Formats: sequence, C-alpha cells, structure tokens
Amino acid sequence: MLLDAKIPGGQLTGKWDKYLFEQKLVNPSNKKKFNIIVVGTGLAGASASATLGELGYNVKTFCIQDSPRRAHSIAAQGGINAAKNYSNDGDSIWRLFYDTIKGGDFRSREANVYRLAQVSNNIIDHCVAQGIPFARDYGGLLTNRSFGGAQVSRTFYARGQTGQQLLLGAYSSLMRQVGAGKVEMFPRREMLELVVIKEQARGIVVRNLITGKIETHAADAVVLTTGGYGNVYYLSTNAMASNVTAAFRAYKKGAFFANPCFTQIHPTCIPVHGTYQSKLTLMSESLRNDGRVWVPKNPGDKRAPGQVPESERDYYLENKYPSFGNLVPRDVASRNAKMQCDMNKGVGETGLAVYLDFEDAIKTHGKDVIAKKYGNLFQMYEKITNENPYENPMKIYPAVHYAMGGLWVDYNLMSTIPGLFVLGEANFSDHGANRLGASALMQGLADGYFILPYTIGGYLAGTNLQKTTADSPEFKNVASGAESRINRLVSINGKRTIDDFHKELGSILWEYCGMSRNTKGLLKAQNLIKELREEFWKNVIVPGSRNEFNQSIEKAGRVADFLEFGELLVIDAMTRKESCGCHFNEAYQTEENEAKRDDKNFSHVAAWEFAGNEKEPAYHKEPLVFENVEPSQRSYK
Amino acid sequence: MTSTTNTKNINLTLKIWRQKGPDSKGAFETYHADNISTDMSFLEMIDVINERLTLEGKDPIAFDHDCREGICGMCGAMINGRAHGPEKGTTLCQLHMRHFKDGETLVIEPWRARAFKLIKDLAVDRSALDKIIQAGGYISANTGGAPDGNAIPISQETAEKAMDAAACIGCGACVAACPNSSAMLFVSAKISQFALLPQGKPEAMLRVMAMVKEMDKLCFGNCTNHRECEAECPKEISIVNIARLNREFIKSALF
Repeated sequence: MLLDAKIPGGQLTGKWDKYLFEQKLVNPSNKKKFNIIVVGTGLAGASASATLGELGYNVKTFCIQDSPRRAHSIAAQGGINAAKNYSNDGDSIWRLFYDTIKGGDFRSREANVYRLAQVSNNIIDHCVAQGIPFARDYGGLLTNRSFGGAQVSRTFYARGQTGQQLLLGAYSSLMRQVGAGKVEMFPRREMLELVVIKEQARGIVVRNLITGKIETHAADAVVLTTGGYGNVYYLSTNAMASNVTAAFRAYKKGAFFANPCFTQIHPTCIPVHGTYQSKLTLMSESLRNDGRVWVPKNPGDKRAPGQVPESERDYYLENKYPSFGNLVPRDVASRNAKMQCDMNKGVGETGLAVYLDFEDAIKTHGKDVIAKKYGNLFQMYEKITNENPYENPMKIYPAVHYAMGGLWVDYNLMSTIPGLFVLGEANFSDHGANRLGASALMQGLADGYFILPYTIGGYLAGTNLQKTTADSPEFKNVASGAESRINRLVSINGKRTIDDFHKELGSILWEYCGMSRNTKGLLKAQNLIKELREEFWKNVIVPGSRNEFNQSIEKAGRVADFLEFGELLVIDAMTRKESCGCHFNEAYQTEENEAKRDDKNFSHVAAWEFAGNEKEPAYHKEPLVFENVEPSQRSYK
Repeated sequence: MTSTTNTKNINLTLKIWRQKGPDSKGAFETYHADNISTDMSFLEMIDVINERLTLEGKDPIAFDHDCREGICGMCGAMINGRAHGPEKGTTLCQLHMRHFKDGETLVIEPWRARAFKLIKDLAVDRSALDKIIQAGGYISANTGGAPDGNAIPISQETAEKAMDAAACIGCGACVAACPNSSAMLFVSAKISQFALLPQGKPEAMLRVMAMVKEMDKLCFGNCTNHRECEAECPKEISIVNIARLNREFIKSALF
C-alpha cells in the first residue's frame, strides 16, 4: 500500500496558506460541542491542550507524572531554532527548511519541514509574550547561539534550561485553561489502550496510577503527544517514565509505525560508569560552540589530558570537517567518536569517551563568560562526575537520545486511524533520519500551538461522528483487555526482576542496533529479543497488587511493550538496506566511512502495520518526493 | 583527581518511612545498603534496595522520580531532616553517594506538609502547587496574537533576574523545609518572574492577589522569615523573591 500524505498542491512556499484557506472550519460557537483527548503534557501536548482550550474546545488532558510541568521536554537544554535572522547572518525560512531537510539526510517530507520553518518565528513571538526569559544582549534584544548542522546563528535560549522555560510557558497557559474550566487535567494516569469505534479513534483506557483503577474516557478525537521510545535501549537520556506504550498500543489498533530504526544517538553525554546506572545524562550540544573535541593521537595513550602536548592531540572533527568543525550534525559527531574509540584512542577508565575541552575558550573569553553561558551544565557535570570542567576537559560519549521515528502521520498530523493525531517526538514527520539540535523544541511547539489547532478543526468539521460514551460496550471490552493483561503480569510470579529484563533488552539493541549495524547482527538481535520476550512472560516478578500505587506494574507494562517494539525496530533496520543519518549499515558506506544513501531504492518512509501477535508486520511505503531540494551526499567538510 | 580514583564502596544503614497509603499508619523500617559505589546517585541506591526487595518477594519502596537530572522536580525526600539531603543546590537524583561516609545511618522520610497528602512511602501529592499556578501563575496571552519577539526590549539585567526566579522546578522542598509549611518561595518565584518582565505587568496586581489567596486556601502556612526554604532550594532561589512578592502584594492591596 502506498501511503497518501495529503500534501496540498501548489508551490512549496504557498502550501500551508492554501491549506489554511481551503480547510473546513468549526464555527467558534460550535467548538464547545467537541471533546478532545490529549495524552501527554510535554511541549506538544501542553501547547496543544492550551491552544485547543483557548479556541473553545472541551479538552481532557492526561499525563503520567504528578504534574503536567514534569514532562521530559523540561530537560531539553540548548535552545530552539527560528528563522528570525536577528543575527543578520543570512538566515531565512528557506535556509532553516534546507538545513533541516539536509540534516535529516533527505528522509523527511519537504512540505512538513517547510511548514515547520514557516511557523518557527511565530513560536518565538508567542513564547516571549508568555514571559519566557530568553537570553538578551545589552540593548535588550534577543540573542542567539549556534548549533550543529547550521552555519548561521539561529538558536534562542534561556541559559541551559530552554526546554524547562518553554515547557513552563506552555504549562502555565495550560493551567490557565484548567482554571478557566476549558481543560480538565488528569495527572498520574497512564494510557493503556486506544479505543477505535467504526474505524475512528474515540477514546482511551487509562490506569489511575494512585488507585490502580482502570478508567475509560470518550472523545471526538484523540491526540497523542507521548514522546519518544529511546528507553527501549534501557540507558538513554530520556526520563525514567518515558515509554512507547501509548504509541505502541495505537500501532496495535491500526496506526502505522514509521521509521522506528531512526533513533538518534547524541554525541555529548556523560559516559557510562557502572552497572547500577539508571540513565545517561546529556550535556547540551551548545557546548560544542566553545568546546573542542579531541583524543590523543597515539592509540593506548593513557596520560592525563593535561600531560598530552598539543602536538599529540587529534582534534579529529576540526581536522576532518574544516568548515563545520566541532559543529557537525549529531550523527556524524557520534559516529566519529565511536570510530576513535574503536581505534583504541578513547580516554578515561573504560576507553569509551572523548574529550570536550574548554581550555582555549576560557583563555580567549575568560572563565566568567563561559560560566555565564554554560554554568549550570558545568555544575551538573561536576555533580555527576566529581570533576571540574573548568580545570579538566569533560569526558563525553554518545548515548541514545531522540526518536526521529514514530507513528506515521499525514500533513494534517493525523495517523492512519482517522481521528488519532500524533504530535511532537511521538510522530515521525519532520526530522528524517537525523534531527538537528534545537529542532525538537521547535517541532513540539509548532505542532501544538500552530498546526494541530487548525488541522483538527478540519477533521471535526468534515467528519460524521456518532455519539458514544465511555461506558459503551466497545469501551468496556477494551478496558477488560487492559485489565486482564495486568492480571497476567502480576500472576507470573517468576524469578527475574523487570529491570533485569529491560537491561538485557537494552544491551542487545545497543550492541546490534546502535551506532553501527549489520544484517548478521540484526538477525541475531531479533532472535535474542524473541527469546527474552518469551522468558519475560514466564519469569518476571511483578510485586504488590493491582489496586494500589504500584510502580512495578507501571514498569512491567512498559517493558512488555518495549520487548515487542524492540523487534519492530530491528526489523525496520534490517529492511532499510542503506545508510542514512543515524542509521549506519556497515555494508553501505563511502570510502571516507560516511553514511551512503540509496535514493533509488530507499527514498521513502517505511511504515509498519501490525499484523497480529508474533507475526511479521506489513511493510508500507510513502515515497519521498523532492521537488525543491536536490538530495545530495551530505558534506560538512 | 578523577572520579575513578575516588570511587569506593560504602555500607550504610537506612531508616526509611514505609506507609501503605494515606490512611494507613506508617513507620520506619531499617535496611542495610551494602557495597554501595560512591559514584551512584541516591536514587540509584534506592533502585538497588528495590531490586533486592523484589527478589525477596517484598514490596519495593515507592518514590517519585523521573528525569534524574535535577530539572523535572519530581523527586524529593528528607534525608536526616534535610530536603533533598545535605548538599547545597542539589536535587535528590543528583545527590551522589560520595557525600556520605562509610557506616553512616540515614533517615529517609517523605515531604511532610498539610497541603501535601501522602500517597505511599516517600511519594506525596503536590497537586496543590498546580492549583496555585491555575489561580494566576501565567500571562494571559492566547496563541496567535503576539507581536514580534523583539518588539519589547528587556534589559539584560531584568531578563537575568526573571530567569533566576523562573528556574524554580516546583519540587516542593521549600514547603517541606519550612517550619510553617509555607509555599512562599514557590509562589514568589512565579510572581517575581512575571512582575519583573514588562509582559507580566498588566496582570501583576490581579496575579499576586489570586495566587496568595489560593495559597492560603490550600492550607500552606505563613512565612516567618526562617529562610529554611532558601537554604534547601535545589535551584537556590533567593528569598529576595519573597520580599518582591510582599511588595507586589502591598502595592496590589493599596492601589
């Protein structure tokens, strides 16, 4: 089946305007007749909920944390891109569009990415109006910094806490709508199932995490903003509760899953230090503005960094990519770090780290300037590692960070299930095979503030929606399915902990489906995951009982889904017989070990359809058409 | 010195508050945490204990946590009577075991405040903080109508001060640390952020009245200048913000 993305006709630059004009509208006084469910309160979910409430819809919003303010968007550090050209360095909507398409290694949709670049400027304006304390220069105007994959300075930031500030802005707008009675907030709820009636998404089944009670909620449309699936690797920069369950349950109900193998491995994270480690911590990419990446020239050189003379240091990114230097895109930086470590040039106790050195920046700009820019990041690094980055170079290594893949959506941000919309990291649409820094915040807020509020109106106005209630038989059926799954999990009474299974799944994926992949390894991973999944359902321990606050039940459900989803990720990686962006298949590389795309055979989105438990999913394609940019071998030299 | 040369393993005795639910009776239970790497975070140590309890067929310790990088504000507990433990400017998830001595006994309790109902063990309900924000912790700017981001210049000094206040993570440590269980530091951080910025001025008077009223309604105590909140705040929010809140409140009451 070829998928239709429903991209409006006409010139790229005019598509969104044309769409907005042609779209059916819901009359302001009729909006209150529609109920919308939003799952998740990160940048996409909080901004969508707030804006839908402002427009007059009745919104029910759900999150797994105790407060919507805690969604993992909060941890984004570096910044948010916009094509304002405040820096007067030649930026434009077209350039932001081009950089994003190229950064994604020509595996994303032109029309979606162009629209993203178009609304990027509105986001900054709106966020300033909300009182977000962006960094400013001495004259009081907004200031920018540079990020990877771009040669212009277009990133707006609030110290190293940009995600926090943007999320708190969206959260405060959401709270305003809760106070106004337009949004009803349901914290500490986990979505377990999507309810589809007559091929339309009509509601969800959730578990109340305090009481353990299963609840059903009906609506006219469902919006998933449930983030990425990076925790399938166990160790990642994601928050502990980040999971694939909501998206995967929707997949099992008929939503196609697109490009799951496109998982970004971020180059600047604090290296792994012990088997008890529960998560990895990202050091913002903005550090690469001033930090220089290096390793000793000689393999096996175990001297302390200060004792390695300048002539024996290899600033490998600056040498290999002179025009982008330390600011190459994330996939390129990660792969090069791995290559250096594979050559036994890695540093630190494990040899799985490279230096990110601020010595020169401190000499040039002074410690105060560096502290002002990155103070909180340096402090965080020191807290975790007990090393002072003002005196010693940071040690960094790549870690799983962001999921470019996600549920397939069309130009309306609607999945293959009518009435199920997917925003932010949970969808697949804008970042292709590699996301550029400071683009996740942009996409989450673009989807939530400026895209979905229009596209969902078109769906609601143009669709025949029959009345349904949360106590209808369809809802009861799905709810009892969710309940029996929980009963099954708590009754296994095995011998192995949930975390132990999760760790093993993570190490299988990291080993065979991480920064470098090959068919033999992927096949092996598929078998290992199948075996592990079988063992899980026979041998896991889920302590405690069902009807109470039970964090083990939460974890068990998530890991059960990861064990199925992990296989889908591997199947997608096996099927994509090319290298592109973050997906590096060793059989497809240039002479200089860069990713080699196969545009003839793989210039498409791979969208997977659930075909039944323990069955191979069905493979569908959405061809990618490039009318405005010429796909080229990415060069950052 | 590198962390690896400092790494060692320590043994600790933990007295942890266990309580099945809000209406059950709670008590301290003693656990031995043996062979704990000093590179572990405090929450990773609890993970280790929980893995052991699970294997022994016992109920793991319930505790809230999410980002584990000190920014989401979800974690928090009293360690030997101090919110988020002994280190300054640190959340529990960023507190590393290298700050404890071999053989030490640690008493671990949930946040205790009238406005925070206990859920289980160390997890409490902090939704009262959301209610205060609902009452007025926002600028009423609907999506779509904003002028250009550079239309209003804001001095760097003002923007930096607003950012200092905006850094609050809403963890509730200030409330837990305060002898009166006051939420003044939390409320003042939001009031200050918006009172400093020109965008927040039109609603400043309404905002401060509404938020303070809501805070009182939710049974948070008064501020009597103990400064415990400032001492324990993991983001080191200054009580200068409370002074600013009071000024805003008086202005609002008088004019």
